[in-house]
Amino acid sequence: MIDFLKKSLAALSVAVLAGAGILVTASPADAWEPTRTVEFIVPAGAGGGADQMARMIQGIVQKHKLIPQSMVVINKSGGAGADGFLDVKASKGNPHKLIITLSNLFTTPLATGVPFNWTDLTPVAMLALDEFVLWVPADAPYKTAKEYVDAAKKAGPGKFKMAGTGSKQEDQIITAAVEQQTGAKFAYVPFKGGGTVAKQLVGKHVNSSVNNPIEGVSHWRAGNLRPLCVFDGQRIALKQKITKEMSWNDIPTCKEEGLDIEYLMLRGIFMPGGVPADAVDYYVGLFKKVRETPEWKQFMGNGAFNTTFMSGKEYRDWVAKAETTHKSLMTKAGFLAAKK
Amino acid sequence: MEAVDSLFHGFAVALTAQNIMYMVVGILLGVLIGVLPGLGGANGVAILLPLTFSMSPTSAIIMLSCIYWGALFGGAITSILFNIPGEPWSVATTFDGFPMARAGRAGEALTAAFTSSFVGALIAVIVLTFLAPIIAEFSLRFGPAEFFAVQLLTFCSFVGLGGGSPWKTVASMMLGFALAAVGIDTVTGQLRMTFGSVEMIRGFDFLVAVIGLFGVGEILLTMEEGLAFKGERPKINARVVLDTWKELPRYWITSLRGAFIGCWMGITPGGATPASFMSYGLAKRFSKNGPQFGSGHIEGVVAPETAAHAAGTSALLPMLTLGIPGSPTAAVLLGGLLIWGLQPGPMLFIEQPDFVWGLIASMYLGNVVGLIIVLTTVPWWAAILRVPFSVVGPVIVVICSIGAYTVHNAFLDIVLMLVFGVVGYVFKKLQYPLAPLVLALVLGDMAESAFRQSMILSGGSLSIFWSNGLVSSITALAIFVLFWPQISAGIARLVSGRAAKQNSPGD
Repeated sequence: MIDFLKKSLAALSVAVLAGAGILVTASPADAWEPTRTVEFIVPAGAGGGADQMARMIQGIVQKHKLIPQSMVVINKSGGAGADGFLDVKASKGNPHKLIITLSNLFTTPLATGVPFNWTDLTPVAMLALDEFVLWVPADAPYKTAKEYVDAAKKAGPGKFKMAGTGSKQEDQIITAAVEQQTGAKFAYVPFKGGGTVAKQLVGKHVNSSVNNPIEGVSHWRAGNLRPLCVFDGQRIALKQKITKEMSWNDIPTCKEEGLDIEYLMLRGIFMPGGVPADAVDYYVGLFKKVRETPEWKQFMGNGAFNTTFMSGKEYRDWVAKAETTHKSLMTKAGFLAAKK
Repeated sequence: MEAVDSLFHGFAVALTAQNIMYMVVGILLGVLIGVLPGLGGANGVAILLPLTFSMSPTSAIIMLSCIYWGALFGGAITSILFNIPGEPWSVATTFDGFPMARAGRAGEALTAAFTSSFVGALIAVIVLTFLAPIIAEFSLRFGPAEFFAVQLLTFCSFVGLGGGSPWKTVASMMLGFALAAVGIDTVTGQLRMTFGSVEMIRGFDFLVAVIGLFGVGEILLTMEEGLAFKGERPKINARVVLDTWKELPRYWITSLRGAFIGCWMGITPGGATPASFMSYGLAKRFSKNGPQFGSGHIEGVVAPETAAHAAGTSALLPMLTLGIPGSPTAAVLLGGLLIWGLQPGPMLFIEQPDFVWGLIASMYLGNVVGLIIVLTTVPWWAAILRVPFSVVGPVIVVICSIGAYTVHNAFLDIVLMLVFGVVGYVFKKLQYPLAPLVLALVLGDMAESAFRQSMILSGGSLSIFWSNGLVSSITALAIFVLFWPQISAGIARLVSGRAAKQNSPGD
């Protein structure tokens, strides 16, 4: 294990250097290139956020002919994504396999005890971070996050309902963090997908949600939902008006509102463990090219993504820190799988 | 009138030579996808989605939605010919479609299935054209309690359908529920009944079970009985389409009921699969031909197919107006919209009228084109049954295996399919009904989630199921349908007078 880590670290430091090299010059003739079809695993169902991003990448790669081979997207959503992660874990040394992650990279093994960890994989690059926004129906009386939390506290435990995607995953973790900080108690109602969550909120079957921007934006524009705050360290940079009065940038951070919680969801790429370093470099270069395309930029803007890009050690450190954060949040909330 | 103007504008958009070509290509691909079990519409559309990036969004969605119509049409073909549902919503089509094929009436069954599909889609798309905004509003009123009530209604309209021993029906259904519970539990996020096995986390997929129970089970039965297709050789005759059309108008009530159920389930969004079961169940219960259902009655093909196609079509409505997909395929199309830079939701109709009305117009045209294409192929499909079983049988097994593998890209699923095949064979030999097992497997998960979500919302009180007019009426309807045999028997007894009662006091 330690040996493997050392090897990966060495590989990664080479990766960073070489990755930078690719940007400046075209890839040299003797560099690693895929020699057969690249499988792109999505540990979630067709149509969800991770799936959309993977298929977007596949489309861009094909349209701009960025790799000499073809790329196929394969959904392995079983067991809250464990199916996909275990598949990549078992493909040790295979450089023709990629996986796109969501927070279930951390939450699934912690909540279910399924035997895998991100260290079984080789981190390639962070593509973007997905924001979370606290939404309420537009005709709710609360104008700020503080007013809302106070109302929830006043109503008593379990009276306010928070809808979210899945159980013991990102939405419920954020809900638990809000509860821990404020003392308010929500009844958390898990649904299968973010679109359904937004609809349940518009239909007022629940009081609030923490939908991603892309899931809530159309209802916001139509005047059905109101964003209260965004769970990020700084406001979303986009200043273009979404509704008549507001842009993404006009939504305060939750911290400004006295709710000191930051949570961003990783949209990152990993490969199986034990892959050659120059293969990792190749993909880092590939994703840098993908990020430069107009299609990708438009996609990022539509979804109000945080477009931070990382690779190499920086990315590895970020992932390690995110795992610690998830562990502590989930331990506090009592979401860890029972030890057998 | 505004809708009509917009629609004609949409026809102008859709009716270019290029778009019609995309329609034909889409339908053909879709039929192929529908015929191959496992490779569902959602997978097919997802695979082809990246290819459409270089097209205009309108052409792209026209082609992709035509794949979807094609898959809806194509799902019926293998159900009728080989008792293998190509798609989950064609399971109910096998109940009468396959016995018809055995009786040499495959051509009739296929024509009825295709035509009913078309009628269902047409009614749904008309509803979509004129009532879209009102319906979108209505579907927002469906919370978890309403969903559960709808699931309950589906079960209630189906219970007692097996006809055999009620205990066998219950046993079969309970086995289905148990299988549905394996895997991850969405409400608690915990693994259930996986017995520590990593392979079991996927749970038992409905499609794998159905391909095994119906397809492989049927092949085992055929092998036992001498490696040949049972029943009469199909009569192949180009007039079969016209002859069947003469008969179909007789079942207009069933068609209308099916279309209504389908529209409703597609929008709410319950989906095409429960819609087809519910439509079949209600048709059996309320039609005067009900007792003949299951032995190859054409009305038993009309009911599920109309509902499935109506649901499949109307499932696109919540996707466009609310950004909520009503089916897995709609979910993939929704992803496509985002990739093409279109934001689905209430503003789409205002900001992208060309796109929306082009799509709605293509639903009319795509279904007409689809109907013509599939009807011309009816004699060819029926002719497959004339090929010796020793040739077709192995091909079916291969197609089934590919189908089972495609669901999760997992080898274990092929093994499971074979195990389910044996289970299906044993069930048939012991005369246990398969339909309740399948119904419980497909709806068990959804019903359970909706029930537990309701319980979280209400703090554990069952009163949530009659907390407002909508949910109370659905619940009441479900209970009414469940006890309909007793109620109708009671009425019959009242009508037949008291004389009988006096003569037989011990009754």
